Order: sequence, then structure tokens, then C-alpha cells
Amino acid sequence: MAKTVDEIAEAMFKLVKDAFGQKKLKPMDLTKAMIELYGDEVDKKMCKEAIKQLINSGRCVYTYFGGSYIEIPHREGAAND
Amino acid sequence: MSDAALKTPKLDELEKGKWPSFVTEIKMAAKKSPMARDLLGQLEKSYRDKLGYWKHGGIVGVMGYGGGVIGRYSALPEEFPNVSHFHTMRINQPAGWFYTTDSLRKICDIWEKRGSGLTNMHGSTGDIILLGTRTDQLEPIFSELQKIDFDIGGSGSDVRTPSCCCGMARCEWACYDTMAACYDFTMAYQDELHRPAFPYKFKFKFSGCPNDCVASIARADMSIIGTWRDNIQIDKAAVTEYAKSGMDIKADVVDNCPAKCMEWDGKELNIENSYCRRCMHCINVMSKALRPGKDRGATILLGSKAPIIEGAMLSSVLIPFYKMEPPYQELKDIIERIWDIWCEEGKNRERVGEFIQRVGMGNFLDAIELEPVAEMVAHPRENPYVFYEEYYEEGDEEEEKES
Repeated sequence: MAKTVDEIAEAMFKLVKDAFGQKKLKPMDLTKAMIELYGDEVDKKMCKEAIKQLINSGRCVYTYFGGSYIEIPHREGAAND
Repeated sequence: MSDAALKTPKLDELEKGKWPSFVTEIKMAAKKSPMARDLLGQLEKSYRDKLGYWKHGGIVGVMGYGGGVIGRYSALPEEFPNVSHFHTMRINQPAGWFYTTDSLRKICDIWEKRGSGLTNMHGSTGDIILLGTRTDQLEPIFSELQKIDFDIGGSGSDVRTPSCCCGMARCEWACYDTMAACYDFTMAYQDELHRPAFPYKFKFKFSGCPNDCVASIARADMSIIGTWRDNIQIDKAAVTEYAKSGMDIKADVVDNCPAKCMEWDGKELNIENSYCRRCMHCINVMSKALRPGKDRGATILLGSKAPIIEGAMLSSVLIPFYKMEPPYQELKDIIERIWDIWCEEGKNRERVGEFIQRVGMGNFLDAIELEPVAEMVAHPRENPYVFYEEYYEEGDEEEEKES
């Protein structure tokens, strides 16, 4: 049975949260991980929607460090308060 | 920075000479912008110490967008508190860079109120570059820009803000409507522009003719350059007029043709169009006598980039001729297939041109379901260690011996 966008977003969020501080994940890393995890139950379009949902809700943010990544919101080291 | 008179002997050197100086402009802005004043101070210190004092911010942006804001922080916030945050915003420029003075005033008003007041019109990306603001001002700026119909552009691993030459709006050589195409692609790829999902950046640039005024062949991953596939239009009377007025047609036009496809017998100019390389030289020199053909479209090229991982590359031909007519669906389908394979197999920070070099053009064409054609050959084969045995069918060798 196909996964819902909400379920994919939740699984992606867990991945991002677990990787925080250890590995930066790109959107395609998340998509590939979901396809590996759920197989035919997900497709790239659904993964794209799930990423959109995570970003629009503010649970995740895009970051840039030589390339664009998806991370949980945090205070960056370079920031001047 | 104290209010004492700011001394900038190093920067003053950059005001000398006959060229416009960014230092002069920042000094003008500094009269009313504390941010610009501290910028001068920090810059002077950088020149004196031979050190850059900027830190890169990788997380600042506006809600929902992954591009368009380039984070910068001062490494000396106590000394230069007004530039402790100095983020750049890239704003999507109108196609062809046409503005009304009213819209320019509105952009500047927003930026003077919420940023440093310093702009770069336009950056090398083509965008309107607004230099220097604080993190807490990003959302209000975004909101105010939207009210005057401007949006943030691209940055990071996404589609960068597409840009184009002024095309049919001002140029008689435009072989397709670059501004319409640029606008169409910008709107079609809003998601890809604002939500970075690629291994690295991807740029579109639209040039109306092979003069390539936006240098798309060197600067865009996908260069869309106007061309024609029939014969150059000749006004023979005008050619005669050029000769009468003293132009040396043989030396200035015929001898400079890279394809040597032209002849001038002193009376008549003949062009062997099948050899023409569409370089535009003859048309540029004799603009009253020669024009691009009537069957116009564009050549689609792929792969150029500035040197970062690999050296600089020029785009090479992907589709020799494409009728650039809205909604450009066939082209968009190919673009989607290119993005699919590049996203799937591309390495981090690998541009599409580098990706093609790594996997090989043959494999790439297979993946995007495009048939190879002779025009795709950028230059003759360099590798001598290619053997053709595998291409021989069984029995071919015997047939050769017999014959």
C-alpha cells in the first residue's frame, strides 16, 4: 500500500534529526533513502511533496555549505547575535 | 565604529584613475548609512591586514525558500557592529533588465529602509543584488518586495535565476523571443528555483542570436542560442552600396569567414549556406545588406561552467535546431530527463557538464533518450586508445580479407 506524504515527511524528519551534527543530507539523499526504505510504496514526486511540507512547516530548513542541504533549524556557528 | 573621521588610505587608492569606483559609491552611501560606513571600515582593515573578515552564513533565508539569500557575518562584530550581519539578497530581475523608474525607486526605498542601501545592478548572475542586511529584516524585505511584484532569485544547488538578452525588444538579430522564453522558464521552474534539489547549480541563459550577448555559451549549464536553418538573407543592392562606399568586402568580410563559405568577385557576394557556421561575422559587418535567415529557432547547448572542480568549460550542442515556440514542451521534457539522471547519479557539487564528462556523452544521451547527431561532436576525438573490434560483427573480418 502506498505511503502518504505525511508518513514520508515523518520518516524524512527522523532521518534528518538523527543525522544532525554528523552528516548533512541533500534532498536527493532523503529521496533515495525513502525509495530504499519503502520501495514501490513511494515515488520521487511524493518525496518532493514531503520535503516541501517539512520546509513549509518550519520543521526543517535549507542550509548552504558548498551545496544545499536539509537540516533541522539551529543556531549556526558563524552567526553574530 | 567610532564617529571620528574615517580614514581609508588603502581604499582611496581604488578611487584613482578614470574608472568608476565602488569605493566612491560606498563613501556616498556612508554619509547616511551606518552600515555602509562600517563596511568601509572593515574593508580598509582587510586591505591593511591582507585578511578577509567575512564569515559565511549558511542557514539564513526566508520561510519556504532555500535560495536567494547569501549569509554574511562580520568576524569583527565588536569593532564594526553595523555590519555584524551583512547578508546579500538576490532578486529576480525582469527579463531583459527592463524597469520603470518607479519600480527601481520602490526597490531602492525598501533597501534604504531595511538594508545598507548598497546595490549591485546587476550581479554576474543577472539578478538585482541587494548588499547588506540583518537577519531580522529578511522576511519584511521579502514581504515588501512581493507587494511590488518582485521575487527572490536562486542561489545554492538550484535553478539559478534565468537571464536573457533584450532580444526582440531592441535587437533586429533576435531569432526567437528570448524575453518570453526566459519568463516562461522562470515561471515553469519556480519550485526548482526556490527549493534546491540538485547536486549543484543549474543555469539557463537565453541569447537571441549567435552573437550571444549574455555569454550563455560560457556561463550557462543550458545555453539557448538563437540561430536559423535556411539561407542568410542578402540585399544585393546594399552589398553594392557597401562596396561603393569603400568597404573592402574581401578583406573585411570574406577572408574573415571561419567556414570560408563566401565569395566576392568584385560585383556579387555569393554564400554557400550549407557550410555557414552561423558565426554572425558577415552579418555584423554588413548589417544593412545581410540578415539571419527566415526559418529561425535556437540551438540548445549544454555543459558550460566556470572553473571550480574541473576547469572552465564551454557548452556543446545538444539539439542543433529547435523551434522556440511556447510552451517549449519538448525541450522541457528533455530538461526533466537531464535533471532526473543528474540528480540520481551526480556527485555533490558536480555540474551537469562535469557529469557528462565523467559518465561519457554516449551513456548520457542513452539516459536522456536523445539520438546522437554529428553536430554534438565538440571536437575531434583526442583519445587514440579506442579500438573498434567490438563493433565488428562475426565474419566481417573474413569479408574484408576476401574483398
